[in-house]
Amino acid sequence: MESIFFLVVAAVAVISSILVVTCKNPINSALSLVMTFFCLATFYVMLDAPFMAATQVIVYAGAIMVLIIFVIMLLNVRVETVKRGTHAVIAGSAIGLFILFQTVWFLMKGSMTGKVGDMTKEQIVSVGHVELIGKALFTDFLLPFEVTSVLLLAAIVGAVILAKKKI
Amino acid sequence: MLAIENYLIVSAILFAIGTIGVLTKRNAIVIFMCIEMMLNAVNLTFIAFSRHLGNIDGQVFVFFVMTVAAAEAAVGLALMIAFFKNRESIDVEDVNLLKL
Repeated sequence: MESIFFLVVAAVAVISSILVVTCKNPINSALSLVMTFFCLATFYVMLDAPFMAATQVIVYAGAIMVLIIFVIMLLNVRVETVKRGTHAVIAGSAIGLFILFQTVWFLMKGSMTGKVGDMTKEQIVSVGHVELIGKALFTDFLLPFEVTSVLLLAAIVGAVILAKKKI
Repeated sequence: MLAIENYLIVSAILFAIGTIGVLTKRNAIVIFMCIEMMLNAVNLTFIAFSRHLGNIDGQVFVFFVMTVAAAEAAVGLALMIAFFKNRESIDVEDVNLLKL
C-alpha cells in the first residue's frame, strides 16, 4: 500500500517537475513547481518529518512561490518566443543526464551503513518532532541559528537597496 | 517505511531535471525556479538520510537551506526587477554588461 502511494506521488513529482522545464508560459511553470513542492511535502510526511512538511508548504509553496508569481505578473513576462539554439539544449540535457547517471551509479555502487542514531520512530511519537528539532536547533546549532538572523537582515537591506529608483 | 534508495532516486531525478532547466532555459525567473527545485531535491535527500540514520541534524540543515532559499528569493527577485527596469527584458542573453 505504502509503495503504491509512493509510486503515485513520485510520478506526480517527476511529471510536474518536467512540466516546470517544458512549459512555455512562466506562470504554468510556477504552478507546476507548487505541485512538486506539495509532493515533496508528502514525502516528508512519509519520512516521519511532519514539521518539515508544514514548513515546506508554508515557506516554499506559500511565501516563495507567491513572491515568484507576483514578480512574473508584475513584469508581465510574455511567452518565450525565441528559443535557445539546439546546441545549448543538447549540451545542457547531456550534462543533466550525466549528473543523473552519476548519482544513480553511486547509489547502486555504494551501500548504506546500518548505523541507527537515537531518533527512532518511537521517540518521534513520544517526544514529538517539533520538540526534537527545537532541542537540536537551540543547543547544537545555536551559532548557525544566530548567524541566520544576520543573513536575513542582510537580505532585507539588499532587497530594499536593489528596489530603489536609481540603481 | 520504504527503502531509502527510492527517495534518493526521486531526489536525483528532480536534481537532474533542475540542472537541465537551468542550462537550457532563457527566462531568468524560470531559471530561478529550477534552482529552487534543485535545492528541494537536496532537502529530500537530507530528510531521507536523517530518517534512515536516526539523526535529527539533517532536518536542521533543511531548516537552514529553507532560510537561505527565502533570502535568495528576496534578493534574486529584487535583482530581476532592477534588471527589468534597465533593460525591459529578463532574458539571460541580455545580461551582457560585462561582456567584452
